[in-house]
Amino acid sequence: METIIQASYFIAAVIFILGLKQMSSPVTARRGILWAGAAMVLATLATFLAPEITGSDQALTNVSLIVIAIVIGGGYAWWSGKRVAMTDMPQMIAMYNGMGGGAAATIAAVELLKANTEASHDPTGTMTIADALGPDVAILGILGAIIGTVSFSGSIIAWAKLDGRLHRSKLLPAQHLINAVIAIATVGFAIAIYFSADLTTIVIFYSLALVLGIFITVPVGGADMPVIISLFNALTGLAVGFEGYVLGNAAMIIAGIVVGSAGSLLTHLMAVAMNRSVANVFFAGVGTDSGGSATAAEGEMKEIQAQDAGILMAFASQVIIIPGYGMAVAQAQHKIWELTQLLNDQGVSVKFAIHPVAGRMPGHMNVLLAEAGVPYDMIYDMEDINADFKNTTVALVIGANDVVNPSAKTDTSSPLYGMPILDAIESDNVIVIKRGRGTGFSGVENPLFFTDNTKMLFGDGQKAASELIQAVKELT
Amino acid sequence: MIEGLAALYIFMLAGFTGYEIITRVPVILHTPLMSGSNFVHGIVLVGAMFALGIAETTTQQIIGFIAVLLGAGNAVGGYVVTERMLEMFKSSKKEGSEG
Repeated sequence: METIIQASYFIAAVIFILGLKQMSSPVTARRGILWAGAAMVLATLATFLAPEITGSDQALTNVSLIVIAIVIGGGYAWWSGKRVAMTDMPQMIAMYNGMGGGAAATIAAVELLKANTEASHDPTGTMTIADALGPDVAILGILGAIIGTVSFSGSIIAWAKLDGRLHRSKLLPAQHLINAVIAIATVGFAIAIYFSADLTTIVIFYSLALVLGIFITVPVGGADMPVIISLFNALTGLAVGFEGYVLGNAAMIIAGIVVGSAGSLLTHLMAVAMNRSVANVFFAGVGTDSGGSATAAEGEMKEIQAQDAGILMAFASQVIIIPGYGMAVAQAQHKIWELTQLLNDQGVSVKFAIHPVAGRMPGHMNVLLAEAGVPYDMIYDMEDINADFKNTTVALVIGANDVVNPSAKTDTSSPLYGMPILDAIESDNVIVIKRGRGTGFSGVENPLFFTDNTKMLFGDGQKAASELIQAVKELT
Repeated sequence: MIEGLAALYIFMLAGFTGYEIITRVPVILHTPLMSGSNFVHGIVLVGAMFALGIAETTTQQIIGFIAVLLGAGNAVGGYVVTERMLEMFKSSKKEGSEG
């Protein structure tokens, strides 16, 4: 029996790696997740046969509880995952990730409680948790507990912020100092757990770690959320790997550490795309600090009507569409695709330019455009398309702002300074579809909107796109 | 059981594997891949089943129950969301159906 179980875990670990590999190419990606899903089912079913579980004193109760928990937890996740809109995907990933972190932390809690009970029954009364578990298991278990708990509460905050349930970015004065104190205190209690066997210490430790996760995530600016979610994803992976060691489960170690390292690299790539270090993301929320804002933009925004914008685009040689989170909010991707097809019929070449951090996650826009039916070979990355803007008649910016803000290149006092941007400003005309005159997500003024060749088309993204479609249709 | 040095080797090799997988990914797949890796650490469900399966006291059972609840949420939610995203990727050039 043991052999069957171990073989199942081994197969699952191999398929996870192959599955992730397949997910790294658009052609095989779908197959990758199906395989990985099958591997997960295999590992889960095999676990039901484990002698540790079937041979336990309370086997019947525990197995029933396991089934009930899987049905409730899995059922809820299935239901919520099926009905969530594509635009809300990032926060759902944050939430499921938080659940994983929480699971790792609670596994550690069970192990620590068991060790605590064992130590308290020790006749000499000197036994510590480290003695009960062994030093290696105790250290990794406690580390996994910190990381998992922080990832849990942090991810929940990230979810709440992205879902528009939480708008605060300041809780307390001198937040970073307080965070540092809490972090040190958490580590202090972690060490105390190792050298003692005391229930109160464990409870305080978990409470501190929970608060720490909340406090470090609240000040993070909304534009930096992708980096944070990716970081928490990597952290959860690490916590899972550590708890895998505690349980002596190789599948957990491999899957967890693979995700931990892949996620760390992904986090780094994202931060680089925004020209920020990961530390910077945590310690300076863009737009949240009021002091020294960038030079106020000069001039006036010039409005354009959909009719004129449509004519401009219909007779263009090339149009580049730059989508941003605003397009996602307005659910305008289907209308934009319809507009693209109409323009193609007119002989206009249309391309999509995607900034690495457009939307709330890297690739977020690609997912939305794919949903609308835009083939992925019409979609270009920043490096591939930036040189093309000067051959472009119209750059259509829909719901994007910071990613086309030229002050990132020119204004050293701007908080965005140094971030690579899409050079929409280089094209002959820029049309910006925007809800209102306000600043973008980062709260930074955008000089692009005030230049002579930029025209503003105010209104909801979907409505504006419909009007453009109407305008182009009338010409045919 | 895996312990000591053997575990250290596993940690190291798994670390390199994860790094290798990500370095060759086009930007358009970053979100699905993040979601996919989010699903893969849903293997924590297996650990949670052990935690609850070997629970002895009511407190341990309650915490273990929460662990399985959360772990199942991670695994199932991660799968559903990733699958929905990847389902939508298609090319304009019809290149024989993949599946």
